[in-house]
Amino acid sequence: MRAFAELLDRLSLTASRNAKLTLVRDYLAGAPDPDRGWALAALTGDLSFTAAKPAFIRKAVEERMDPTLFRWSYDYVGDLAETVALVWPSRPGANREPELSEVVDALRGASRTEVQRLIEGWLDALETTGRWALLKLMTGGLRVGVSSRLAKQALADMGGVEVAEVEEVWHALHPPYEDLFAWLEGRSDRPCANSPGRFRPVMLAQAIDEAVDFAKLDPADYAAEWKWDGVRVQAVNEGGVRRLYTRNGDDISRTFPDVLEALEFDGAIDGELLVMRDGELASFADLQQRLNRKSVDAKLLMNFPAGIRAYDLLSEAGEDTRVLPFAERRKRLEAFVGTLKTSRIDLSPIQAFESWAQLAELRSAPSPGDPQVAEGLMLKRWSSIYEAGRPKGPWFKWKRDPFLIDAVLMYAQRGHGKRSSFYSDYTFGVWTEGEDGARALTPVGKAYFGFTDEELKQIDKFVRDNTIDRYGPVRAVRADLHHGLVFEVAFEGLQRSTRHKSGVAMRFPRISRIRWDKPAGEADELRSLERMLEQMEGR
Amino acid sequence: MIRPESLLCPKPQGLYCAPGDFFIDPVVPVTRAVITHGHADHARAGHGTVIATRETLAIMAERYGEDFAGSTQALAYGEPIVRDGVEVSLVPAGHVLGSAQAVVRWKGLTMVVSGDYKRRRDPTCPAFEPVSCDVFISEATFGLPVFRHPDDGQEIARLLRSVAQFPERSHIVGAYALGKAQRVIRLLREAGWDQPIHVHGALERLNQLYEAHGIELGRLEPATSTTRQDFAGAIVIAPPSALADRWSRRFPDPVAAFASGWMQVRARARQRGIELPLVISDHADWDELTATVDEIRPGELWITHGREEALARWAELHGIKARALALVGYDDEAED
Repeated sequence: MRAFAELLDRLSLTASRNAKLTLVRDYLAGAPDPDRGWALAALTGDLSFTAAKPAFIRKAVEERMDPTLFRWSYDYVGDLAETVALVWPSRPGANREPELSEVVDALRGASRTEVQRLIEGWLDALETTGRWALLKLMTGGLRVGVSSRLAKQALADMGGVEVAEVEEVWHALHPPYEDLFAWLEGRSDRPCANSPGRFRPVMLAQAIDEAVDFAKLDPADYAAEWKWDGVRVQAVNEGGVRRLYTRNGDDISRTFPDVLEALEFDGAIDGELLVMRDGELASFADLQQRLNRKSVDAKLLMNFPAGIRAYDLLSEAGEDTRVLPFAERRKRLEAFVGTLKTSRIDLSPIQAFESWAQLAELRSAPSPGDPQVAEGLMLKRWSSIYEAGRPKGPWFKWKRDPFLIDAVLMYAQRGHGKRSSFYSDYTFGVWTEGEDGARALTPVGKAYFGFTDEELKQIDKFVRDNTIDRYGPVRAVRADLHHGLVFEVAFEGLQRSTRHKSGVAMRFPRISRIRWDKPAGEADELRSLERMLEQMEGR
Repeated sequence: MIRPESLLCPKPQGLYCAPGDFFIDPVVPVTRAVITHGHADHARAGHGTVIATRETLAIMAERYGEDFAGSTQALAYGEPIVRDGVEVSLVPAGHVLGSAQAVVRWKGLTMVVSGDYKRRRDPTCPAFEPVSCDVFISEATFGLPVFRHPDDGQEIARLLRSVAQFPERSHIVGAYALGKAQRVIRLLREAGWDQPIHVHGALERLNQLYEAHGIELGRLEPATSTTRQDFAGAIVIAPPSALADRWSRRFPDPVAAFASGWMQVRARARQRGIELPLVISDHADWDELTATVDEIRPGELWITHGREEALARWAELHGIKARALALVGYDDEAED
């Protein structure tokens, strides 16, 4: 438990992905079976308990100390698990510190009253960090920022294999994953991946470099289709086992019962999850209503019906089609989708073109209807097999040019890790007319990348030299009609937002240029953003 | 029996002893001052006469210049002075080098002003000595049951594990210039870290002063050297403010650590962007505060500053009369 607790403790305060990878990799390499397997399951969200309700924990601690002193402590710390971990009067020698696997085993077999007695015994035996980790695990609130993708990467690093290899077997394995570790440590062969309904690691595209790549590529070798603005998914039905996965292999089946019901086939398809109404695509904002929900109700299902626009076939009736060239797979996919009786799954149409110039025209002026909401185009080599990862050459994405506005820097926040001495997270605003008719800035977004290290230094200096107020790690920066720093901000789309005072929210905003030359008063107005939004909605 | 308030009473300037005409740790310049230790919120410049340990006087001279007071009187631990029938002596408080409790006796009444103190071992100063008394006047910086400082060896071991785990990064440990920095360095030496430790310029003079008082810090190097790569795998000690300062940019992807009792609370660490909190404090934690009061069993407990209400409640629950003085000017956020 001690090593797991220390891992959680470090992860909870570590922002950098690389540092997290090191922490997880080293833990997995050093901890024994089956503890590390349970820890892995806890990190990836495949193991959680609701054995201890907050009310029980509170009652248990108040039996051991003055309730008033507890209340003051809780008020000061603000987090129940952390407060209890700190104030719990430990009884060293009362018991032996439990290992993670003992905790898991005990909880699986115990009744509710037994569980409470067990938890109290463990809290007596553990030290502060151990108690904190135990309580976080018990109350199902780990939240240490480890995605399943990151955990799989750490496993790959530990075993010196490609992450796709881990993904290939992942869904055939179960906690505490002893066969997985045996393979990664070279003690056995790779576990068999053949479990029905499993996830297959996805093939990703390189961004095209217009200046270099087109000269080397023959248009006849490539198929083009729209790059749909939804969520990449893999939909599987094998022997009645239905699953819907994200591109990282996270199982989102439960969130999309409507889509799952439509998987009346035997095979695995690759496609885009979208909200579709009568075969017409809705915006990403509509899809967002469906994402990250634990439960879905009938009203949500009706108002935001989801479906899949299919673009690849990975398996059909037990046959692995990934080894076939794309041209072959595409034919098989068309036939496959053609036999389906649902309107929730349709085909992503291939766009015919003769030359790159013709394709460029299509990209800059998409035809009316669905293509209006596409993010750009995808290029796939007709001869390419379906290869996990991001190989260079077979698939390219050619994104639409981003939207641009000029906005004024309003607040800057200090970054983390490498950037902890830099004001590197920027809130920027555009001009609006206040009730009194005076022009004022209203914040419209936040960005923390898009600039070079050298530019970061210059912006940091500007922030320090022009600070007008401080709130903890945040500085308010002078920004008025005559003085301020203008950013050209690039973004992928706009949607209405009730959470932002300005009423609009940007997708993927980043700094595209720093306009040292531009007077702050000449930055954009909120009206221009509203006009863009109307155009997008009125397509 | 004399009322304790006639010997010591709280005033805006600090605790005042009327019969002996002196203040203890006054926050503004006064004629006569007894100073418990050298931290800036307790030891200020400009008093007429300062009575303190030799070490505390040396620290004040280092910080404020030789002319920091009209005159000074050095007291060895346990050596009493008497004036107008009031006896004052200084007893180790275990807080930082030279730190003392002020023991004040008058007409059979004994009052002890703890200053800032801790009970656990500190390789840079002698340990706290409990003195039996009628009134114990305690600090309560960490006077809440959430503050339970772990063993400092365990915290140093976590730092060294992190250094081993991230050899390509440097570890910058924020530590207050007086006391904490030297204690962290000594603890690292005791844990077997024999490589040079890099120190921020603001720590150099106090480091030298500690060494002159026989506390060996091993090889220290200024954290100003040549190429960036020099600092990969290095441990750097700096004042806490330097972590967020432009100064820290010379280090490769540094791990920000902070040695402080406040690091017990995760939100505090997060607020300051600390990646590796080290709970190492020069103040008594909740268990030390309550154990000390229990051990001394004073007739009355007075509490100078910090989270007075919780310690006062604890004392009342344990049958000891307690009173919160709510003295202002002692900055429990800055020091430790």
